[in-house]
Amino acid sequence: MANKVLVETTLNGETVEFLCEPRQSLLEVLRDVLGFTGAKEGCLTGDCGACSVIMDGRVACACLVLGPEVQGKKIETVEGMAKDGENLHPLQQKFLEHAALQCGICTPGFLVAAKALLDRNPKPTEHEVRFALAGNLCRCTGYDKIVHAVMDAAAVMQGR
Amino acid sequence: MATVFIPALLRKLTGGKDRTSATGATLRELINDLDRQFPGFRDRVVEHGDLAGSVAVSINGEVITGGLAEPVPTDSEIHFVPAIAGG
Amino acid sequence: MATQEAKFKVIGTRPIRHDGVDKVTGRARYGADINLPGLLHGKVLRSPHAHARIKSIDVSAAAALPGVKAVITSADFPKLKSGVVPLGELAMNPLYMSMNLLAHDKVLYDGHAVAAVAATSPHIAEEAVKLIKVEYEVLPHVQDVRSAMKEDAPILLPDVRTSGAPEKSDKQTNIASQVRFARGDLDVGFKAADIVVEREFNTAMVHQGYIEPHNAVAQYNADGQATIWTSTQGAFTARDQCGLVLGIPASSIKVVPAEIGGGFGGKIPIYLEPLALLLSKKSGKPVKLVMSRGEVLRATGPTPGSHIRVKMGANKAGKITAAQVWMAYEAGAFPGSPVGAGCMTILAPYDLENLQIDGFDVLVNKPKTAAYRAPGATNAAMGAETVIDELAEKLGIDPLEFRRINGAKEGTAQPAGPKYLRIGYLETVEAAKNSAHYKSPLPKVSGKLVGRGVASGFWFNAGFQSSATVNINTDGTANVVTGSPDIGGSRASCAMIAAEVLGLKAEEVHPVVADTESIGHTDMTGGSRVTFATGYAVYEAAQDAVNQLKQRAATLWKAKPEEVVFQDGVVSRTTNGQESMSLKELAGKLPRAGGPVGGRASVNPRGVGPAFATHVVDVAVDPETGKVDILRYTATQDVGKAVHPSYVEGQMQGAVAQGVGWALNEEYFYDEKGTLRNAGFLDYRVPTCLDLPMIETILIEVPNPGHPIGIRGVGEVPIVPPPAAIANAIYRAVGVRMTELPMSPPKVAKAVLEKK
Repeated sequence: MANKVLVETTLNGETVEFLCEPRQSLLEVLRDVLGFTGAKEGCLTGDCGACSVIMDGRVACACLVLGPEVQGKKIETVEGMAKDGENLHPLQQKFLEHAALQCGICTPGFLVAAKALLDRNPKPTEHEVRFALAGNLCRCTGYDKIVHAVMDAAAVMQGR
Repeated sequence: MATVFIPALLRKLTGGKDRTSATGATLRELINDLDRQFPGFRDRVVEHGDLAGSVAVSINGEVITGGLAEPVPTDSEIHFVPAIAGG
Repeated sequence: MATQEAKFKVIGTRPIRHDGVDKVTGRARYGADINLPGLLHGKVLRSPHAHARIKSIDVSAAAALPGVKAVITSADFPKLKSGVVPLGELAMNPLYMSMNLLAHDKVLYDGHAVAAVAATSPHIAEEAVKLIKVEYEVLPHVQDVRSAMKEDAPILLPDVRTSGAPEKSDKQTNIASQVRFARGDLDVGFKAADIVVEREFNTAMVHQGYIEPHNAVAQYNADGQATIWTSTQGAFTARDQCGLVLGIPASSIKVVPAEIGGGFGGKIPIYLEPLALLLSKKSGKPVKLVMSRGEVLRATGPTPGSHIRVKMGANKAGKITAAQVWMAYEAGAFPGSPVGAGCMTILAPYDLENLQIDGFDVLVNKPKTAAYRAPGATNAAMGAETVIDELAEKLGIDPLEFRRINGAKEGTAQPAGPKYLRIGYLETVEAAKNSAHYKSPLPKVSGKLVGRGVASGFWFNAGFQSSATVNINTDGTANVVTGSPDIGGSRASCAMIAAEVLGLKAEEVHPVVADTESIGHTDMTGGSRVTFATGYAVYEAAQDAVNQLKQRAATLWKAKPEEVVFQDGVVSRTTNGQESMSLKELAGKLPRAGGPVGGRASVNPRGVGPAFATHVVDVAVDPETGKVDILRYTATQDVGKAVHPSYVEGQMQGAVAQGVGWALNEEYFYDEKGTLRNAGFLDYRVPTCLDLPMIETILIEVPNPGHPIGIRGVGEVPIVPPPAAIANAIYRAVGVRMTELPMSPPKVAKAVLEKK
């Protein structure tokens, strides 16, 4: 009989409780238990970044975190990025303006990783952007427009 | 009359000829004429009464879509090429 | 018919794509995001052997595991006959399709599917799969394409005979088919050459590398009707393949195309849909199957590795006098590599009198290959574009000038024979020559050797069938419904085309990608065909809507239809007072005018325009480690008419990135047992954003005369030049001609060392 544990965590600013088996990853919990399908499964080995979330301020691959591990932690996903029903996060807005997505499957992961970057380094150089996002794979765009979008968002957020 | 270019691997059938003239108002009639000139030709390009799935036909530089019913304009240039899709 | 001289108001602008907000908020629903009440989770058991006979399969322990609701093997599939069936744009062999979905009597590659289970959780399904007992008799395997062609090679499929061979033979063989293109006289041509270069190449098998693994959710109903949600490049293609392989009417299956996370050709074949359907039928519940990354690499459809020999001669004036090519492509476990396309695209940018190109489709114990973006062309270009570079260099001619001298134009005969209509190859060479990149001095990088290389490429682009409807809403906006899954922004382009015709803004047109019951037949998204063919259907459907609008206005005005014109979103009367109405006003009056307006069109368009590209790349090579860095990259391309330039640029940049990975790092690594050893993104190394610079794009618009808007396909050709351009740049940097792909650090370092 599957043994489930009760976990309490903060998800996008809200307190959330869920039941999960110890062997279920945070990615499974988000997608299958809580219904937040923004984080995507690309490889399950932490190599593609499609499942990126922010955990206590740092980027983490949700596929490498077990559900019970998030007890008492602060989790941020792409679903929490938009300001409200009418206003996107500047990163989201710039991704759209720069056409920084084609199929869009890597986009939530990039947005989360880029947010984590700008939260700690509001004025990154192009190299710093590329370095910070090297853990997120994109197969469609060649990254050019993604980097432009992140740098443009940084400028907007700085009021530049 | 159309000029039909013979695919390289079928030139054994045509005694080495790489092109020939053929008549036919439609591709079907044209292929029948080619089969008359070079017995066995039709079986190499027609399957189950239709153009073979792996074969495409170019008339004057355009790959046609009408299959064997495709009209063949006079003085056309006809090529048989592998059918290509893409990815 | 072509309106390329007209000023466009919407086409050529860069609106935000209509599905954009869903995609940046995580709300867009991809196949793996689909959830249904009572959903079961499936898992596939796969062969650990490259080649083996299946002696027995015992599923009893798996079926007995609590939580397991269904188990299937190939015995659950109907028996099918071999033979090629045209399935829209693809010719398929149902027997081979069935054998690839779940192995019959043999497994033919590491990862070949053998059985599948459905259970109440993915973890239980994984445990169940481990309980299935399969008895194998391991057979000798062959994975090298030249070895597979030898007389004594292990035979994969005993019924295969070489199709297209000049003489029929009844011997078992791994050579599934043969093609040849030849014209002129090779001997005469080579005798006329002042320089002859001959090189042999080996390219490794690589994968399309889409970030989203394959998925399928199926619900089978007791009345024999089923629904499948899947991230597919073609809902109708998926439906037809399922019907064919399951022996049921395709129309009994509704396929809902979920949003799709990349395809590049790899999501045209089906792998999971029929399995999900059968598991749903057996269990009575909806079943979801999602591949792991390891399964994607081991058991979907990579592109062939190949062995290519190129011999070319040129005279002092720089004219190519003869070209001879021999290539063998890996088909994988079943026939069907794109060797034909490889033979037709190699040397396609050039005007050649004397040529012979031979190609062979060869079975090897690797997964059945599938299309990968301009399938077959990149391998071929690696061979030809580097030999051309060598000819140019030995003759002391600039490599772009050499290409200009030999460049194809309208009226030039392609290698396969047909003559080109209006094309833009020379324009791409010119643009590359005049680019800021090509004119700039080579940069210096401390500790590294820098070089610049160029290469060209060609792709046919496809036409095929598309359907569209354009419905006018009561508020004067419009909906565009098509059946083309949107992988790269195409629904926005469809909306823009309709908006242009209707005189609306792009935001005022709502594009919808519909399922197989809600739109007419539409062939797959791929082959660089959507903006061309689906765009054509949208254009015609919008014109149909315009005609109906004119009739409605005529009714209201009691005028004759020919007295009414429609221009820039306004309908006016040319007689009796020149009344006019905006589309918005007319939309509000439609109930009194005869009813709603819905335009429709179904097309199988001709006039497909091929595409050419010429690329320039600067590399820095570390002579000790062999690591190659891309310093600067410029891609020029004849794009016909760029409907949404950002997404055309995106196609070019993404394809270049894939080409860079193909050139420098990606390869399938099999061990001596025939097992794939790098079935994950750590060791199957695709480029990250740290591996690439900004990618400059130069869009040249030579409108396609065969299309009302001048559209040419753009998505595939840009993956063709990169490996050759990079190889040419490496040569200029370190003086070594690389003839293997990938040009990974150990290989480059070894080559540099050997040169010393």
